[in-house]
Amino acid sequence: MKRLVILGAGTAGTIVANRLRRRLSPGDWRVVVVDHDTTHLYQPGLLFVPFGAGNPDELVRPRRQSLAAGVEFVDGEIDRVDPAVHTVALADGRTIGYDFLVIASGTQPRPDQTPGMLGVEWRRSIHDFYTLDGATALRQALARFAGNGGRLVVHIVDMPIKCPVAPLEFAFLADAHLRALGVRDSVDITFVTPLSGAFTKPVAAARLAYLLDVREIKLETDFLVEHIDDETRELVSYDERRIPFDLLVTVPLNMGAQFVARSGLGDELNFVPVDRHTLRAKAYDDIYAIGDAADLPTSKAGSVAHFAAEVFVENFVRLARGEPMTAEFDGHANCFVETGEGKALLIDFNYETEPLPGEYPLPGVGPLRLLRPTRLNHWGKLAFSWLYWNVLLPGRPLPLPAAMTMAGKHRPEEE
Amino acid sequence: MPTATIHDAEVHVDAEGFMTEYDEWDKTLAHDLAAAIGVELTPRHWTAIDFLRKDYVDENETPTLRRVAAGTGISIKQLFELFPVKPAKKMAYIAGLPKPRGCV
Repeated sequence: MKRLVILGAGTAGTIVANRLRRRLSPGDWRVVVVDHDTTHLYQPGLLFVPFGAGNPDELVRPRRQSLAAGVEFVDGEIDRVDPAVHTVALADGRTIGYDFLVIASGTQPRPDQTPGMLGVEWRRSIHDFYTLDGATALRQALARFAGNGGRLVVHIVDMPIKCPVAPLEFAFLADAHLRALGVRDSVDITFVTPLSGAFTKPVAAARLAYLLDVREIKLETDFLVEHIDDETRELVSYDERRIPFDLLVTVPLNMGAQFVARSGLGDELNFVPVDRHTLRAKAYDDIYAIGDAADLPTSKAGSVAHFAAEVFVENFVRLARGEPMTAEFDGHANCFVETGEGKALLIDFNYETEPLPGEYPLPGVGPLRLLRPTRLNHWGKLAFSWLYWNVLLPGRPLPLPAAMTMAGKHRPEEE
Repeated sequence: MPTATIHDAEVHVDAEGFMTEYDEWDKTLAHDLAAAIGVELTPRHWTAIDFLRKDYVDENETPTLRRVAAGTGISIKQLFELFPVKPAKKMAYIAGLPKPRGCV
């Protein structure tokens, strides 16, 4: 009996476990999933929590409920992987042997990595929204801030981050929220990024910068924070620029799980270096990393985890039969970007092709529009929650191809 | 692909002047590239440049600022002093490597 061990039961780990449980013979393979947290969080829902939409409790479900019968769930803290003897040691002393290992332990916000962030102002004037606690605390802070007015700063410490469009979405939604409350005139909003533009890729960066501009959101680029001065309440960059705030909504440095570092499997941010097409760890043939835990040069996003999982599952089924892997992941990402007032735009891209305008998934028809805010895109984003729990996580087929297609996309000079 | 003439050598560069052919670079060129952006190379600068050149061979990717700091022991603060304002881009430019890919 062979054993596939998956570390982490988030989006990537859950999809891989459920799909492979169906594809691998129960007589030949055990599928074991390890996670230290017994609840699964619907992370795309966090963005709306600070604005009072929805009940935070509805974003979480028990992990076991999302795992197929026949998948073994181990509730435990991972201490380290020992690749030489193919074992995973848990903090409580248990040891799990593996024939193949999938690292799907994601990325975590690390406010401890920026001096001054976790000081006296943390959860007072300094907030994050990538955790349920953070998003819930920010709801109260934003309500207070709306009453007083002042300087709202939306900030990214460094790339890569999970869901790289979410900070922009937060800025757009905050603008719309404060306008609806009639207090936008008493508020300055600044978007502060370590990048040289609103986004990484030129066409999307230009369109998104325009959306910031018309909303009177200032854009501060090439800003790499060195520390936060929590007495003067200012962001201070390495090149000694200072940006004052009354409410700071920051995205802390993102790092992979600590056990990855302890096991010697990570890069300088604890992400696992992998082959970008097969997801196989560069250092070990029997270890793979999928989702945010991998060092892939594409977005850290649920859509990437989903598309990569489909490719990985096809490859693993071949691998289990002793055949070579033939499927190749193309870095496909597909993200809804909320722009406020009940609209959203959609971006679709991969390793080679930047986000372009057009229609999705059907050329000329859509119904969704790429890089253009529409109401239907917004409803698509909201409807996605149902698909996530009922189709995506169970590993049921979604009628969207894993590989990106150029059909329906236009380069701006062709328009 | 455009070319530029640096120190009597014709090299391939992209639209922003970053060299695109790893093997066309040498240490003499580096001094000229550095001078072009107002940097005078000291041994400390070379520690960073040597790391970038080596890491690019291993990873086939221009390293990020954080990766250079981790790999050389030169702090990010010091890298900002050595290569002011946009250290990641300036280091890549002098090391004859592609512009660092903005993470997506």
